Amino acid sequence: MSMQRIDARPPVRLFWLQSGGCGGCSLSALGAENPDLVTTMEAANIEVLWHPSLSEASGREVVSLMERLESGEEPLDILCLEGSVMCGPNGSGKFHILSGTGRPMMDWIRALAEKARYVVAVGSCAAFGGITAAGDNHVEAVGLSYEGRKPGGLLGGDFLSSGGLPVINIAGCPIHPGWLCETLHQIAAGTYNETDVDEWARPLSYTMHLVHHGCARNEFYEYKASAERLCDQGCMMENLGCKGTQARADCNMRAWNGAGSCLDGGYPCINCTAPEFEEPGHDFLRTPKVAGIPVGLPTDMPKAWFVALASLSKAATPARLKENATAEMLTVPPSDKGKTRS
Amino acid sequence: MTRLIVGPFNRVEGDLEVRIDCADGSVQNAEVVSPLYRGFERILLGKPPLDALVYAPRICGICSVSQSVAAARALASAIGVSVPRNGELAINLVHATENVADHLTHFYLFFMPDFAREIYRSEPWYEDIRERFTATRGTAVETVLPARAQFMHIMGILAGKWPHTLSIQPGGSTRAAAPGEAARLAVILKAFRRFLERQLFGDQLERVAALENEEALVSWAGERAPEHSDFRRFLNLSAALDLARLGPSSGNYLSYGGYHLEDTSLFGHGTWRNGQANAFDPGDVAEDLVSSWYKTDGPEPPASGTTEPDAEKTSAYSWCKAPRLGGEIMETGALARQLINGHPLVRDLVSRHGGSVHTRVVARVLEIALVVMAMERWVAALEPGGHFITHGDMPSRAEGIGLTEAARGSLGHWISIENGQISNYQIIAPTTWNFSPRDKDGVAGPLEQALIGAPVRKGETDPVSVQHIVRSFDPCLVCTVH
Ligand code: SF4
Ligand code: SF4
Repeated sequence: MSMQRIDARPPVRLFWLQSGGCGGCSLSALGAENPDLVTTMEAANIEVLWHPSLSEASGREVVSLMERLESGEEPLDILCLEGSVMCGPNGSGKFHILSGTGRPMMDWIRALAEKARYVVAVGSCAAFGGITAAGDNHVEAVGLSYEGRKPGGLLGGDFLSSGGLPVINIAGCPIHPGWLCETLHQIAAGTYNETDVDEWARPLSYTMHLVHHGCARNEFYEYKASAERLCDQGCMMENLGCKGTQARADCNMRAWNGAGSCLDGGYPCINCTAPEFEEPGHDFLRTPKVAGIPVGLPTDMPKAWFVALASLSKAATPARLKENATAEMLTVPPSDKGKTRS
Repeated sequence: MTRLIVGPFNRVEGDLEVRIDCADGSVQNAEVVSPLYRGFERILLGKPPLDALVYAPRICGICSVSQSVAAARALASAIGVSVPRNGELAINLVHATENVADHLTHFYLFFMPDFAREIYRSEPWYEDIRERFTATRGTAVETVLPARAQFMHIMGILAGKWPHTLSIQPGGSTRAAAPGEAARLAVILKAFRRFLERQLFGDQLERVAALENEEALVSWAGERAPEHSDFRRFLNLSAALDLARLGPSSGNYLSYGGYHLEDTSLFGHGTWRNGQANAFDPGDVAEDLVSSWYKTDGPEPPASGTTEPDAEKTSAYSWCKAPRLGGEIMETGALARQLINGHPLVRDLVSRHGGSVHTRVVARVLEIALVVMAMERWVAALEPGGHFITHGDMPSRAEGIGLTEAARGSLGHWISIENGQISNYQIIAPTTWNFSPRDKDGVAGPLEQALIGAPVRKGETDPVSVQHIVRSFDPCLVCTVH
């Protein structure tokens, strides 16, 4: 990627690897706006040494660059991994041999992570194993420093890169381009430290928020005016499995693709920034309940209060919300008292 | 004979290795290797059927909507539900946005940068191409990235987010468009059309779509200097490098057809063999596993296919299976689609030169014009206020097939449901067809065949001709090995 020296500091050298993922985090990043991804990297003084979908270098050239980084002949500031680490079968790493090298990708990732000043897991796959670790996980997919919720993964739960930070987990499936751009920018500026991440080493800049914050369906939530089927306009927490009240991300505060969010798209949040989101233990699109009460209540709300408030607010639901909640499109507008359409 | 191992291959989706044997300055034999296995077909076993819509898109970040469409169609056929017209329009729009963005990304960011390589320094067109298309630094990048991102706002409005949207369901779309939103979609399309007409084509989409044979294409290109538009730039260098002879197709093509609307579809389905259009029967599809790292050897029809990895299998060299139609290899992609759908320009090019790097790229770029014009019609046809989804109940036992076209070709999902759970799920992606390894009869896959005869210059370790041929298929390896 282009390197334009914007100041006297030497450029921050970034290398990007992909393993057991879908490439979606890179594709999502390509959608960065205001400015675009290439300009963002320039502004951050980041020189992308290689990115598999964007760079010119191919084959031998790349392998020899990787060898120079591994031997320490050339410095590496930021290593990004997208996709899970593929450890199978039986810990051999043979499910992903890096082409042209005959060597398991797992070994390459470990070797480069040991040299990098900062290691960044891009997406839930690289952070926790993610979707590739779903089902019986016979491929032995793990994250860089987590295996699901367990610390460990490829590098070990207490891994610190030479810059003194744990693996920075920009979790999400995929990542929002903003999450990536901001985090890389801060790392490159040398201002990033351990107070910038949460308990899963995810950037607090976006996990300080809940998906619930700013959701356009908040009024429905307040009155427990619930959607019953997909495409209904009401709150999706009660029946459709939405985890927005527990999921940590700012999806409703910063638009996806300029205009939306999962919720705006009419489907529930599946908490894709969380470890083990891929195995919720129930149908994704159905809320598990005990005695009619959703099991996954808002994180910090006492259950008795929730039940009391919910029955109260249900009793007070305005007709407008009741009707709109189960409609495909908002049909009843709010009205100004005393003013009717003439 | 010298053996070259080319990889890691960048600017393709996923990891790829190509092993070639060269002699006398050209490729004599090729083996195409998919070196990654992820196991989605196993992940899906035992899951609630509708959860396939969460997992399947995540097979691939570049064609996640295509995966959704295939999964939703497989589930719809299991449920027996049909989609209301508004829902079809919304799905077509979301799907088309992905496919067009994909073609655009491929042309500008993946394919063209190879012509900006040093090896072409002495060509008369080199300076202009270098300035325009150098990876990440060319002037094209700075206009293409914002244009693509703005175009993708269609996803934000109609699908919530991309990739990995959940809005496409068996019975339609979870997102009904309001009248104001239909207007916004029209505006986004207008802006995107302007970008295409100024930068990519340098002409109206209608004129490009109406080109009916090679003569018309050549004379259209000659109306302006190559620097006038990016498509003309490509046509100019393609003629200079004789890309019409590079990477020949086998002659067999397959398309499942795409963009359904009320019992018809924008692009029809079928096969094309020896210059003839034929019907397509999904019952003829089977996957051969002799050269693939799986326990069985096949051939297996996908409805009862298996996925048991065996990394030690000595006869194998790829995680890619080898799908065959009635025992034959098939090439799939925009070229196949336009050939089968009968676009006169594509039919003429193939009748003269066969399929090749040139024809594949022309078909893909042409399709951008065709599909964007269709999108404008679909937006105009939306009826906000009407239904976008039909609800249905999942039976506890059923089978389903979901066939669609992703940007890079024919995509199929086969699902079996028992006791309310997924009991089998098989996926055949476009690149699985194109990059398949040898089958039980030793027949090489389409790319393996297309590579034979590619020129290798003295001293080249990663031959540029091989790069052009591989990328002309717009491969997606993460799909292939799911
Ligand atoms: S985290 Fe999700 S989007 Fe990113 S690589 Fe993994 S599957 Fe793809
Ligand atoms: S809304 Fe939930 S599922 Fe959707 S991207 Fe945000 S965190 Fe992930």
